[in-house]
Amino acid sequence: MAGGASTGGSSQSETFAPARYWLLLPSWVTLTILVLAPVSMMMGYSFLTKEFRGGVIWEFSLSAYDQFFFDRGLFGDDPPVLQWTYISIFWRSIWQAGVATLMSLVIGFPTAYFIATRPEKERAIWVFLVTIPYWVNLLIRTVSMKFLLRDQGPLNDLLVGSGLLSEPLTIVNTNFAVQLGLFYSYLPFMVLPIYAAAERYNFALSEAAADLYATRWTVLRRILLPSVKPGIVAGCILVFVPSLGSFLAPDLLGGAKNFMIGSLIEEQFKGNAGNWPFGAAASMILLTLVMVILLISARQQAKGGK
Amino acid sequence: MQLHSDRPIAVDVRDAVKVYGDFTALKRVSLSIHDNEFFTLLGPSGCGKTTLLRMIAGFEDVTEGSIALFGEPIAALPPHKRPVNTVFQNYALFPHMTVLDNVGFGLEMLGRSKSEARKRAGEVLDMVQLSQFSSRKPSQLSGGQQQRVALARALAPQPKVLLLDEPLSALDLKLRKAMQLELKHLQRETGITFIFVTHDQEEALTMSDRIAVMSAGELQQLGDAREIYERPKNRFVADFIGDTNLIEVTVDAVAEGQAKCHLGGGHALICDAVEGVKAGDKVHMSMRPERLFLSEEPIAAEGFRGTVRENIFIGTDITTIVALNEGPDFTIRASNSSRGNSRVFDIGAEVVVNMEQGAGRLLTD
Ligand SMILES: Nc1ncnc2c1ncn2[C@@H]1O[C@H](COP(=O)(O)OP(=O)(O)OP(=O)(O)O)[C@@H](O)[C@H]1O
Ligand SMILES: [Mg+2]
Repeated sequence: MAGGASTGGSSQSETFAPARYWLLLPSWVTLTILVLAPVSMMMGYSFLTKEFRGGVIWEFSLSAYDQFFFDRGLFGDDPPVLQWTYISIFWRSIWQAGVATLMSLVIGFPTAYFIATRPEKERAIWVFLVTIPYWVNLLIRTVSMKFLLRDQGPLNDLLVGSGLLSEPLTIVNTNFAVQLGLFYSYLPFMVLPIYAAAERYNFALSEAAADLYATRWTVLRRILLPSVKPGIVAGCILVFVPSLGSFLAPDLLGGAKNFMIGSLIEEQFKGNAGNWPFGAAASMILLTLVMVILLISARQQAKGGK
Repeated sequence: MQLHSDRPIAVDVRDAVKVYGDFTALKRVSLSIHDNEFFTLLGPSGCGKTTLLRMIAGFEDVTEGSIALFGEPIAALPPHKRPVNTVFQNYALFPHMTVLDNVGFGLEMLGRSKSEARKRAGEVLDMVQLSQFSSRKPSQLSGGQQQRVALARALAPQPKVLLLDEPLSALDLKLRKAMQLELKHLQRETGITFIFVTHDQEEALTMSDRIAVMSAGELQQLGDAREIYERPKNRFVADFIGDTNLIEVTVDAVAEGQAKCHLGGGHALICDAVEGVKAGDKVHMSMRPERLFLSEEPIAAEGFRGTVRENIFIGTDITTIVALNEGPDFTIRASNSSRGNSRVFDIGAEVVVNMEQGAGRLLTD
């Protein structure tokens, strides 16, 4: 943040040099309170010893991380073997979030393109329509979705009643239900950045490509997609990252078998059964994973932009 | 030009109408463009030039009428199947591709291998003298260079017809003149039919084999540069192309291809008759300023007496405005040289305005 201000226009930053640090103070305070402090606290907790009724004992320990990655047998004195339980939960989370992101992209891209090609006056209305469902609380939306999708719900009533299916389709408590839930939770985060990029797209480029014998599919692949790529990358990050840590959709729609990291972490801080250091360690691992993904995509972006 | 009339017809536009909502942008335009021709659409802003070009390229459908390419109707062909390429008014270069890939794009789409497309693109870039920029992105080029890339990109697939929509409008005068010549040479070398759009009449006159003058969605006149300049059909064409004196005259008699007329102040004059003008009509006459000259005393019976009001120096020429003793003002242009019969008089001098043989042209509307 400070870097951005100090590398700005040279003459301006000369003029404001004495005031610069004071003017940046609010940003620093906000960042410290909202980002730096919580993350440091979490990191600190992840290296402490657990107390049995929740909470921690102030004693340095690596056991939270150890528990995450290694299995030392029932009494903790066997030689360590790699522990797959949590890693597989992580892996499932990545997979679920990835599928949800892909679904959002497949539905979100045409939606965004559709809005961007409307007459200018209509676009604001379409954007508004896309966001309307999101005025309702996420919990209520997810519960309603469960109600709609369950075996005796309206969707199955319709499918069976119309004779399309003879037996109700089981959707709730499957991986697919979780993917659907995540997709629906975060769809606007895909639509809006792509729309913003597509709106700036010069549609004369599509005409120029068609004029040079490119089919519609080639125009999409070679001209439109590269031009709106920053919007697509932003949308994918904005859907993938919260999906990865989400616990509402997996809890409500996925049931016990389809556990994700978000639920795992949430459980460690709930009631007496929790394990705070373990929850903090899992959060840190999740955070690291997300950072790595962001860094890789930033790298890619920088390379593509040249 | 007669030169081209025996060639096959490249683009045939028949009674083309274009309606946008309740606005008619083109009203029954018909024209035939010959193969190998440098054809120009000329007209003021908003007259429908781009619309016509876009209909030929396939970006707009034709509301009524038809367009044929080498005898084949093309209404059903999408843009990517028409053997025409366009140089767009705003270039529309692909920002994420290098100059070389921009130019090679059309060839790649035609199924050439990437390396072959690049090789040919390099040759075309050579032709427009941009080979040293081939690995740059379009945003790293000047406006004039981008314009030449757009031209190279459209030329590379060797289309049968090249559409150019005011491709020189963003350039400064000097570069523009150079590019005009370059384009003209390129058209001759490649033998591609050029349909060139401009609102600059001087550009049209210098470059074109034939010119279609348009106004408000209608074709006003079609002909080569001389024809349009010297024998304009109507007031719009006479006024739009070059400078002219548009004088209201009354026709007294028409006989043997000659018309006897008089001006407001009663000055009589004789000029070539044109079709549709008969005795008693009140019509306009166009007289080009450079075909009028001044003298102290009457030279022929047709001179008009007047007073010099103003002399305007414009480098190559001097323009003089003379108010007739009775009747309208005249603009006379004399070349800024000591040769010829043009003389410059001081402001306030009593002079006679003379016409060269055949300088007056009657206009039907
Ligand atoms: N998509 C459209 N919808 C409605 N009207 C349009 C549309 N495109 C063009 N027009 C109108 O059609 C007329 C002709 O437009 P066109 O772009 O062909 O003009 P032009 O001769 O190319 O002008 P310029 O020299 O300014 O480029 C204009 O009056 C314009 O307002
Ligand atoms: Mg135009």
